[in-house]
Amino acid sequence: MALIGTQEEPPAVTPAPAAAGRRGKLTPYWLLLPGILWLLVFFAAPLVYQASTSVQTGSLEEGFRVTWHLATYWDALTEYYPQFLRSVAYAATATALCLALGYPLAYLIAFRAGRWRHVLMVLVIAPFFTSFLIRTLAWKTILSDGGPVVSALGALHVLDLTDALGVTEGQRVLATPLAVVCGLTYNFLPFMILPLYGSLERIDPRLHEAAGDLYARPLTTFRKVTFPLSMPGVVAGTLLTFIPATGDYINAELLGSTDQKMIGNVIQSQFLRVLDYPTAAALSFILMAAILAMVTLYIRKSGTEDLV
Amino acid sequence: MAALTKKPAGTPAGKPTRAPGRTSRWLRRNLVVLAGLATLGYLILPNAVVTVFSFNKPNGRFNYEWQRFSTDAWTDPCGVADLCGSLSLSLEIAFWSTVGATVLGTMIAFALARYRFRARSSVSTLLFLPMAMPEVVMAASLATLFLNMGVTFGFWTVLIAHIMFCLSFVVTAVKARVMSMDPRLEQAAQDLYATPLQTFLRVTLPIAAPGIAAGALLAFALSFDDFIITNFNAGSTVTFPMFVWGAAQRGTPVQINVIGTAMFGIAVLCVLVGQLVGGRRKRS
Repeated sequence: MALIGTQEEPPAVTPAPAAAGRRGKLTPYWLLLPGILWLLVFFAAPLVYQASTSVQTGSLEEGFRVTWHLATYWDALTEYYPQFLRSVAYAATATALCLALGYPLAYLIAFRAGRWRHVLMVLVIAPFFTSFLIRTLAWKTILSDGGPVVSALGALHVLDLTDALGVTEGQRVLATPLAVVCGLTYNFLPFMILPLYGSLERIDPRLHEAAGDLYARPLTTFRKVTFPLSMPGVVAGTLLTFIPATGDYINAELLGSTDQKMIGNVIQSQFLRVLDYPTAAALSFILMAAILAMVTLYIRKSGTEDLV
Repeated sequence: MAALTKKPAGTPAGKPTRAPGRTSRWLRRNLVVLAGLATLGYLILPNAVVTVFSFNKPNGRFNYEWQRFSTDAWTDPCGVADLCGSLSLSLEIAFWSTVGATVLGTMIAFALARYRFRARSSVSTLLFLPMAMPEVVMAASLATLFLNMGVTFGFWTVLIAHIMFCLSFVVTAVKARVMSMDPRLEQAAQDLYATPLQTFLRVTLPIAAPGIAAGALLAFALSFDDFIITNFNAGSTVTFPMFVWGAAQRGTPVQINVIGTAMFGIAVLCVLVGQLVGGRRKRS
């Protein structure tokens, strides 16, 4: 790359390219070294370490020793499988809702907003800068018993329906699955909108015109042209929503009750309160394996490998 | 394209006789706009509530129900013990993790975008994994490591953790920018006898700057707002999100809302000023 100019330079400089070549070969490694080392020491090594912790037994006083006690995994699974299933169910519902809610907004910003595009973009990103814990607490106010939202839902008999479905209880929304899923959806919605917008924005609007010229109805245009072209955004968005939502414990803690605890809550309390490190390690190992398996399957199936 | 501005023209104000057909047609055509705006409302609603409740004067310890208007919290934002201390600690950690993650991440991004080397795919995987991993897993495993190494939890463990999880996001942002750069610009600079350092400082860096800035901004926001990883690795150190988490259990002071509102306002202002400056530069 750098050799084009050097060919015409005076001979005094000719050794330089060779040196530059050798240095050039090593350059990428020098550039990579500090960052990759950081990730290896503080990201990869802990995961290995955690795997070993999960097969240790012992107590805080006597210390923990590796005993290949695999029963920890079995005990963790049998005791906490409801929380695992609940996490996946909540996260999947929240992801589906994010897609359903986020797609129109991403589409609006990409194609219909005109000169309002930047303003809308700012409004999507700006909430990021208010601590998400504060915003999640605000849902406590919005969904509070006797508040306008709950009153309206009650008057419209929506709560009767959701009570019957088991997603709310006793005409209230707080401390029910609905509140937790609502919080999860809210918290991860921008992670869905941004990649969706990214892939929609790249679509040439002339393709829409072409579809229209070929007598495709708007819905057909969307189904046959827009949606397939936005698939990379859909895949990235669903992953960016589903993965953090599965491990989240903030929404379940702040908006749910003990009946809505997710697997993140269990890991957190095992680690920080019960101080049962082997169980916490086993649980997070299972969670990681489950998510990696699901993600790999999903990426295979949707056929997009280039996510980074 | 500009459906938002077209809206008044589409409303059947002129011909009330054909209103139903027109309304339904208008509705069908603008359904996506209405749905999008509804989603936007859902996104903004909590911010509105946070703002309104920053003017509340609650009766008990919790600020969840509206009582009466008051500007007490705004005139005394640091009136709650430890609140402003945690805020400045969070800013400090966010600043240093932004610096760390941006420097390390930019270096990796350049290596990935510019060079062919062995272990390239392993490096990509290593960078992808932190983004594809639930935070609670990373948090618990890192804390396990620190615990077993006998490291004291505090400022440094939080900083290390934040740089770790911000790194991949910076790489993604910078790499995208460097990849889309025309390599001939650098060749041109070298043809004009610029030294490698000059080329880098005068050509490469300015072109990559928006990507680096985006990565840095992302790192700052991620670090400042992080709770889960901090929760596991902070020990008794209290960052701002940790303070809010504790407050959710003990009682939420109105000052939290004041800070939330101020952060939102500052962010919007920064972006608007940035776009104004950017727009003017583009025009001139």
